[in-house]
Amino acid sequence: MPKLTIDDTEIEVPAGITVLQACEMAGKEVPRFCYHERLSIAGNCRMCLVEMERAPKPIASCAMPVGDGMVIRTDTDTVKKARNGVMEFLLINHPLDCPICDQGGECDLQDQAMAYGIDHSRYQEHKRAVSDKYMGPLIETEMTRCIHCTRCVRFVTEIAGVPELGLLGRGENAEITTYLEKALDSELSANVIDLCPVGALTSKPYAFAARPWELKKTESVDVLDAVGSAIRVDARGAEVMRVLPRLHEDINEEWLSDKSRYACDGLRRQRLDRPYVRRDGALREASWAEAFAAIAARVKGLDGSRMAAITGDLCDAEAMVCLKDLMANLGSANIDCRQEGAKFDTATRSAYLLNSTIAGLEDADAVLLVGTNPRWEAPLVNTRLRKAWLRRDLKAGMIGLAQDLTYPCDILGAGPETLMDVAQGNHPFADILKAAERAAVIVGTAALARTDGAAVLAAARQAADSLGMIGEDWNGFNVLHQAAARVGGLDLGLVPGAVGLDVAGILKGAGDGSIEVVYLLGADEIDMTQLGEAFVIYQGHHGDAGAHRADVILPGAAYTEKNGTYVNTEGRVQLGRMATAPMGEAREDWTIIRALSDVLGAGIAVSSLGDVRRRLVAVNAHFDRVDEVVPAAWGDFGESGPMGTRTFVPPVANFYMTDAISRASETMAHCAQAFVVPKQQGTGTHG
Amino acid sequence: MTMEAGNGAGGAFAFNAENVERLDKIISHYPEGRGSSAVIAALDLAQRQNGGWLPLAAIEHVAGTLGMPKIRVLEVATFYSMFNLKPVGRYFVQVCRTTPCWLRGSDDLTKAAIAAAGCGLGENSEDGLLTVVEVECLGACCNAPMVQINDDYYEDLTPEKLTELLEAMKRGETPKPGPQTGRKGSEPVGEWTSLTDLPSPSRAGAE
Repeated sequence: MPKLTIDDTEIEVPAGITVLQACEMAGKEVPRFCYHERLSIAGNCRMCLVEMERAPKPIASCAMPVGDGMVIRTDTDTVKKARNGVMEFLLINHPLDCPICDQGGECDLQDQAMAYGIDHSRYQEHKRAVSDKYMGPLIETEMTRCIHCTRCVRFVTEIAGVPELGLLGRGENAEITTYLEKALDSELSANVIDLCPVGALTSKPYAFAARPWELKKTESVDVLDAVGSAIRVDARGAEVMRVLPRLHEDINEEWLSDKSRYACDGLRRQRLDRPYVRRDGALREASWAEAFAAIAARVKGLDGSRMAAITGDLCDAEAMVCLKDLMANLGSANIDCRQEGAKFDTATRSAYLLNSTIAGLEDADAVLLVGTNPRWEAPLVNTRLRKAWLRRDLKAGMIGLAQDLTYPCDILGAGPETLMDVAQGNHPFADILKAAERAAVIVGTAALARTDGAAVLAAARQAADSLGMIGEDWNGFNVLHQAAARVGGLDLGLVPGAVGLDVAGILKGAGDGSIEVVYLLGADEIDMTQLGEAFVIYQGHHGDAGAHRADVILPGAAYTEKNGTYVNTEGRVQLGRMATAPMGEAREDWTIIRALSDVLGAGIAVSSLGDVRRRLVAVNAHFDRVDEVVPAAWGDFGESGPMGTRTFVPPVANFYMTDAISRASETMAHCAQAFVVPKQQGTGTHG
Repeated sequence: MTMEAGNGAGGAFAFNAENVERLDKIISHYPEGRGSSAVIAALDLAQRQNGGWLPLAAIEHVAGTLGMPKIRVLEVATFYSMFNLKPVGRYFVQVCRTTPCWLRGSDDLTKAAIAAAGCGLGENSEDGLLTVVEVECLGACCNAPMVQINDDYYEDLTPEKLTELLEAMKRGETPKPGPQTGRKGSEPVGEWTSLTDLPSPSRAGAE
């Protein structure tokens, strides 16, 4: 390992890193604009100049590899003067419009100009002006402010895998733009806003909405997909102004999908802020007492087998465990958390987890995708697969429909027969999987939500077993969820068991009248028309499908309004935190169920959040291990049997609208209009 | 630099058989899978085939041929001033205006050229024959002032001589490139003034 001296301190660093990284390890701050840890090195902003002994002039530390015996100085007058000079050049064409710039207060250029710049300008000539570029519904541009660091270009090319941004022209005429100013078609596009060190790329939906110092920042987790990205919720008063990613190396690194970032304007629309009771065919505003009384009138005295509960995609574990206990106290086994009807095997935990872990997928050499489009179901899992392709030349094979995943992916076949071929080793791709050091299979939930789902699960398990995907320190069997609530629900056993009815059974029972009361906890994605004459209680936060069908609406809290526990697709337990209070008369969900249980005479024994969390741990000990992934034991699961021939179709048809929050979001509607509708029309009328 | 609005009017573009062969040969100079190294050569071929300018269709065709994202090819095409992104006349006249040529009267050459073309700098003459632009140093300072017309240098010019050249071109003639005063290459105009004798043996052997 090379040893070098940085400001008189000797330090030993790993070979192959850059002088800038070595300076950071030595605790020296080096200013930079173009350099970014997760992007390739550009070396074009020159802000990171440091002095190196025996070098005739300062060196760009971001682009200089460390060498043994180097003597680096970051604190000399020369370095200071060099930085002053670079800053002066950068500011030549940068407008002094900080007071009207959205980046103001969180701007690298502003901060570094304060720290490393000079306090006056010597520039008298005209500054250049650049016309703004259209980059889609999320990215606002003010290209005059651009300092050409090319972080955005490198991000979309390297991480997002959508090479549509570029630097055109040269010198004073250089401009960043998308090809022919088309919208940047990536579900990770808005990360360039975070990467932009100046105010050239800012957030369109958040334009001129708030200043960073006015916002209350709450660290939480995202629930709009099953990745469970670490987020920071910025709120002003009762309103969530924006959602930003937080660093979590094992989950989202420092990125965030556009939906998770921008669906938050859906939290302001279509909200259920008070209880409603259906009278004379119409939903009318009611008090909590009236709503509870209306429920009690139908539920009390009713046999448990005639009622049922379905939980939705955004539920926190606290509410789910309370509902489970309530239903048990009411004597009902009809409870299911699998809205989509996937045939998960809950007896073995590894049967429904992304066992390789999100970060672990980076190390995969070969991957078999079964009926999934990770780019739309979990964009940040897809970036890991792309990384595996870039670094380890990952071989990807798809059973299902062809999709652009940002890395090459062979289409092996369309339906279960191909899966069987691969599992039995009769397909050429089986040899690739077998030869791989770390092979993985990723099964989409839609492939399990079929009548032959259990057999598909068994076939996938067989493939994992027979093709050497399961090893001492590697489990290549993965189920990719899209719902933040699903793994939590399965961990808590919100499945009907031997005597109860599953979602299909509940819907059928509601249709023929054998189920009289259905409790929907945020469940909006089932077919409401099948509920027949049943009395429907809907508890949730948005006036979506469930609320429209409901006979009683109990207003709950959205994910930013409650302290909730969620388990992501890899089985990681995470805590979401309350950023704002629930809207109007709405309450945190577990407290609603707790209060209702008393009214129904089926009281559940919890009286505080601590109690509920202890109850979670009692039901499943995993809930005690927050932010940990405990490898799940391998087992025999699924039910081998005949499989159909239907093509595997991925579950997400429109990435931007998958749940009650994103469906209520105006920004997501704009995105769907810009990115999804043209493609659907393209295949519908021209294909 | 945004593409000019008229650029899309290039219509379809595809390399002709001759250029396909040439490009294949150029690509074969680079290691397997590094065909994108041939992008500048490919754009040059496309520009020559297309009458001196690159329509968007040509840029996209090059991108498709080399398997590169379109934006990467557009970056290259906009970076180099030798690529024209809008139509130019049959004779593309580049007047050097960097210091040596400027001191020797390039301003007058520009005036003469735009008078011959009958249009402004960077515009195309009405008959579609001439386009005049000013460029930075073309590296023929010994023969200043000079212009480049398509691939040829015309050197040691006067405004009158340039007008004559351009009129000849308009008539369809091809004047001889190089110095227009009769001197050979960049040899001294008059008598030799230095290095007139052979180096002395002692000098030659000294280190």
